[in-house]
Amino acid sequence: MPKLEVKNLRKLFGTFEAVKDVSFQVEEKETLCLLGPSGCGKTTTLRIIAGLEAPTSGEVFVDGVRVNDIPPQKRQIGLVFQDYAIFPHLSVFENIAYGLRVRKTPGAQLKTKVHDAASLIGVDRILDVPGKKLGLSEMQRVAIGRSIVLDPKLLLLDEPLSNIDAKARERMRAELGRLQKEIGIATVYVTHDQLEALTLADRIAVMRNGLIEQIGTTGNIYDNARTLFVARFIGSPTMNLIDCELTRSGKQVILKSEDLVVDITELAEAITGKVEGRELILGIRPEDISLNIKKTNPRAIEAEVQLVEPIGAKSIYHLMIGRIAVLAKDYPMPDVNVGSRVWSTFNADKLHVFDKKTEEAIL
Amino acid sequence: MVTLRFVNISKKAGKRQILKNASLDIADKELFVIAGPPGAGKTTLLKIIAGLVAPDEGEVYIDEQMVNTVPPGDRDVGMVFEIPPIYPNRTGFQNIAFPLEVKKLKGDQVRERVEEVAELLQITHLLDRKPATYSGGELQRVALARVLVRKPRILLLDEPLKNLDAKIRETTRVELKRLQREFGTTMIFSTHDELEATAVGDRIGVMKEGAFEQTGTPKELYDSPKTVFVARFIGSPTMNLTDCALKQMGDRWVLDASDFNVDVTTGADQMKSEAMAQELLLGMRPEDVILLDSPSNGGCFEGQVELTQNFGDERVVTVRVGKASINCLTGKERVFGYGQKVYVKLREEKVHVFRKETGMAAM
Repeated sequence: MPKLEVKNLRKLFGTFEAVKDVSFQVEEKETLCLLGPSGCGKTTTLRIIAGLEAPTSGEVFVDGVRVNDIPPQKRQIGLVFQDYAIFPHLSVFENIAYGLRVRKTPGAQLKTKVHDAASLIGVDRILDVPGKKLGLSEMQRVAIGRSIVLDPKLLLLDEPLSNIDAKARERMRAELGRLQKEIGIATVYVTHDQLEALTLADRIAVMRNGLIEQIGTTGNIYDNARTLFVARFIGSPTMNLIDCELTRSGKQVILKSEDLVVDITELAEAITGKVEGRELILGIRPEDISLNIKKTNPRAIEAEVQLVEPIGAKSIYHLMIGRIAVLAKDYPMPDVNVGSRVWSTFNADKLHVFDKKTEEAIL
Repeated sequence: MVTLRFVNISKKAGKRQILKNASLDIADKELFVIAGPPGAGKTTLLKIIAGLVAPDEGEVYIDEQMVNTVPPGDRDVGMVFEIPPIYPNRTGFQNIAFPLEVKKLKGDQVRERVEEVAELLQITHLLDRKPATYSGGELQRVALARVLVRKPRILLLDEPLKNLDAKIRETTRVELKRLQREFGTTMIFSTHDELEATAVGDRIGVMKEGAFEQTGTPKELYDSPKTVFVARFIGSPTMNLTDCALKQMGDRWVLDASDFNVDVTTGADQMKSEAMAQELLLGMRPEDVILLDSPSNGGCFEGQVELTQNFGDERVVTVRVGKASINCLTGKERVFGYGQKVYVKLREEKVHVFRKETGMAAM
């Protein structure tokens, strides 16, 4: 039985349909991420699950029990907000104990529960420290501790890392990932940051205009985007998307755009019958284009370097292939600068093909 | 020619020393990035260059002319703030034209300059619209247009991308770099995001507590950080840093981190005499740590997978070796399970060493 099941959720605010028809399940110990741009309906969905909003229609089941008519505090769902909402004057102990005190948990039991939760999240040595003296990562831990001490069946996290600077975010992401594994509670995580979703989730539901556009494991969403929207939204730098048409000459099958020719003869079988007479878009991720100073591969295409962004172990190369702008991500090449000519090879196994009209993946 | 130089700038706010002897030379047409964590003094420094804040000590030179006593309006320096002060009740055109009207330029001259800048920034469609209808990225571009329209000699951008969505940030940073090239303006850009800094900057100055810790090209900072602070700040995922000591084993020199060690015989010449007695930190970039499935030909250390994070095209695997957790960057094709036994091998020639006490590089 799934820990959470959401069935045909719909939510109207006046005439605005924030959530149109959303269904998904979250299994035990699984982290599902609701990912999408602002206004896609992800936070509304989360608030409905928590019971902070009533759905216009649709159902929410926690551990097999329908919770639509159960008030938020009785749903056994832990909620962690963006700003953590730590009480500044209360100690870590009292912050974690807060929910238990509201529930009038007896003293001895309360103490045991707080200590257990605190050691699980690694704050057992700072139980006396007041909330206002906590660092970011401690605040995050305490916020989670305060939820898990109530033995929730499900944990909901609403953009917990969005107000933090880049370096701290990297650290907190890893820490949150570690905590999740230790706690092992089914979790729904909301974010607009695709990297956060990729690093933290087991599965991702990409949302757009109140609907789930695609749901799948992180690897699947990244490698097999089913629509142009998902292809664009996941991955940084963004996938290259190039208008093209299919031409055949003899056995050879070619995707052709004004200045670019990509041989896809190997893929001919996979796309036969799906592409005839359609406008197509060729998609390739920047890391699937490799660069070379010399033409070592007969299929390599000549390109001019417009801009180089060195971002660490690899660099992003902004290329022009004729009049087509293309991004490639590859190891730094010391002699390649703005204006250099290089040879680019598209990894044929990693090509995506979309139908321009329906915006859906063909390949 | 527009060069900028400042020498020994210091500034206090109350008791807090915001800037401590900050000095810098910026070349003509250079895109210089001031990078550092929140509170490092970036914004104050930009305001001093613009003339909005007077330094307690030190001099600012534009084109070798000391400008300490020149009022902001006469310095010909344009500054774009993190939250751009755009007038909500004026159209895009009126907002952009405002500085020219203050300068009492004629009507057609104003129109011509506004349209030229709007076209360059691709915001012609915003000229008749009011700011309430702009997206975050559009607002930022209108703010930029309002500064560019004055054709300033130097352009200062204070965390211009901070409030934008991750996806828009990625494209806007490229636009800014292109624009700077086309305009040929000397530009200074501040950010707390090291990835943005290395992607955009010709050179970067890393600030820590009011002073420059190191300045250099992105490659110099990435490959040869002079201090632990820079080593930690530049690069994502962050460089691994572990306590270690330099020891002689027969005719070999080894950095001993108790749970593992690295042979540095070839690189040790310059440091061994003095470093022997010191506490050291061993630094390894995640991409310089190799994960093996079997202990192959020695020189590797057994560990257990503690956490894996999917970065899209790459994977960060955290491995516990004894008491140390080491981050390794691998291809996404390799899948690791929690608790899986792996072997870690370090690229000896890529190892960094710092003195623990001073934080300075020792090799």
